[in-house]
Amino acid sequence: MDISTTTDVPPSAPRPDAGERRTARGVTRPGDRIFLALSRGSGILLLVVMAAIAVFLTYRACLAISADDGNFLTTFEWNTNTDPPVFGIAVLAFGTVVSSVVAMALALPIAVAIALFLTHYAPRRLSGPIAYVIDLLAAVPSIVYGLWGALILVPHMQGLYGWLDQFLGWTGIFAWNGGAPRAMLTVGILLAIMILPIITNVSREVFRQVPRMHEEAALALGATRWEVVRMAVLPFGRSGVISAAMLGLGRALGETMAVATVLSPSYDIQASLLDPGGGTFAQNIASKFGEASVQGRDALIASGLVLFVITLLVNGAARAIIARRKEYSGANA
Amino acid sequence: MSTALTPRDGAGVRRGAGLPKWSLWAVAAGSVALAVGIGLVAGLTSHVQWGLIAALLFVLGTYGVAARAEGRRQAKDRVATALVWVAFLLAVVPLVSLVWTTVSRGVKVLDGYFLSHSMGLVADSEPGGGIYHAILGSLEQVGLATAIGAPIGVLTAIYLVEYGRGRLALAVTFFVDVMTGIPSIVAGLFILSLMLILDLQPFGFAGSLALAILMMPVVVRSTEEMLKLVPNELREASLALGIPKWRTILKVVLPTSLGGITTGVMLAVARIAGETAPVLLLVFGNPFINANPFEGAQASLPLYIYQQYAQSAGAGAAYDRAWAASLTLIAFVMILNLVARGIARWKAPKTGR
Repeated sequence: MDISTTTDVPPSAPRPDAGERRTARGVTRPGDRIFLALSRGSGILLLVVMAAIAVFLTYRACLAISADDGNFLTTFEWNTNTDPPVFGIAVLAFGTVVSSVVAMALALPIAVAIALFLTHYAPRRLSGPIAYVIDLLAAVPSIVYGLWGALILVPHMQGLYGWLDQFLGWTGIFAWNGGAPRAMLTVGILLAIMILPIITNVSREVFRQVPRMHEEAALALGATRWEVVRMAVLPFGRSGVISAAMLGLGRALGETMAVATVLSPSYDIQASLLDPGGGTFAQNIASKFGEASVQGRDALIASGLVLFVITLLVNGAARAIIARRKEYSGANA
Repeated sequence: MSTALTPRDGAGVRRGAGLPKWSLWAVAAGSVALAVGIGLVAGLTSHVQWGLIAALLFVLGTYGVAARAEGRRQAKDRVATALVWVAFLLAVVPLVSLVWTTVSRGVKVLDGYFLSHSMGLVADSEPGGGIYHAILGSLEQVGLATAIGAPIGVLTAIYLVEYGRGRLALAVTFFVDVMTGIPSIVAGLFILSLMLILDLQPFGFAGSLALAILMMPVVVRSTEEMLKLVPNELREASLALGIPKWRTILKVVLPTSLGGITTGVMLAVARIAGETAPVLLLVFGNPFINANPFEGAQASLPLYIYQQYAQSAGAGAAYDRAWAASLTLIAFVMILNLVARGIARWKAPKTGR
């Protein structure tokens, strides 16, 4: 597998630097050397920054974890200003995963449907402006989503919560104790709105590249439009959609402000999506930072390191899936 | 779809001889009316529920009508179309609601006074005050971040496209992809760990550094795309004239793709201008005007919104200010977006021969 495929050169396009390097190699001028050093230096700087992020976070995290009186992985507490400090990431890990999975489960079908809408259903005149509207969703700053979520979405969730509790409360996941709907489901819905554009954009790219012949063959056999989508488009785009979903998941995992404004946090695990409580890594960092001492900041850095590793894994997996099918240009989304 | 009469027998699957065009609109209108009726009768207060019921009725109704008139396969096709439309509308509703609330609530206190005064002597719960200090801080932090992030990003992209060969280029490409996915708060924590080691207090430039980290991969990606669009013939023509490679890049490649690169940088600026988390950790916020980004806590627009929301315990005046600041921020980001896209359209590289 070739990693460079993520730079998505279409197979037909010539590599921009294919021929000229060999011819230019004979002559090296000082200007060339300086320019190459500058541009290569920038590339190396990027790598250094990545390495430095990992190293410094790990260093501060080690300081924190060695001082931790509880178990870093299993303690249901976050008291960093006591001596010795007691903290653990169990609740945060659970909340992060739950909220992101809820967000992805909600966003994925809608995003795929919108991508299909743009590539196969919408009138050509409409699809440009609609794609623009979807891009606008991505341009809204997360703090504005947070404010909107906390002041507009939360009150509007009351009815839905009551409804879910009434009809699905017996499952336990949708039981509601009547508290303010500042719970994981609301967070998940808000995150879903926020990750919708990236999933839509990557899926759209993939669906665009479905070979025309596949679709026409299906049409020639008398398939309806839906049958074309089901038999030609979706099978072709499956891995692209999976990686799109994982890119979205990566975004949802690290989202801070929207969760911090909407969720009412606590350090216990709620079985129900509708009961307020729990927390996420990013939200906990933002909410606890103000009152944290140096020790507390180190503890927050330790939890941030875990978040960093998780997002690296998720994003790396998504990129690997994209790279395997090199014809997808989803990497630039 | 032709305007042929609906075949009432419902037996054959006749393409083009199905429902008249208006029938779907009729189903949509009917389901909305029915949903409102159900909502009123059942006493559902939430309009979200009304919408969901209407969407459900629309999908079921479409299937019912189409299955009777056109057969099962056509009906499935219709349902898929209906679902796709519903999905699109579902995505538009929050956007419309968000823009509408921000504008309608934001204009309440947004005026010249608001834009030109700080929160210096105004308690969070009182009316008055403004966002001058926050705008100033945001501009300085984002400006510095751009000054650092944009050149490094563009140079890296030049390296990848014009020089990139071998392991280093592969590694850079891979890690640029990985960097795109770094949560903003992690970038903030990284700079925070440096500040803890050096024992520094919050200041504006620290936020700029974190923002620059977030900006670089975005700039690299978009610039790379643009450089690849530059036709190879241009480079070859320039090199054939004996012009050194670096001058070819500076005088031929970059000017050709300048529009696209500018667009990419502006979109990246729009993205980091709305980042709150790193600013919260590194710049800390300050109700007073602090024009020096290298010393002392500063304010920033997104951080101001968060603090007005979080520290005011529900005081109406603070919420008004938060909405007005949101409106300012959204306007800034949207204008950047629009201008960037305008430039992209206007200066699109001419790839055709």
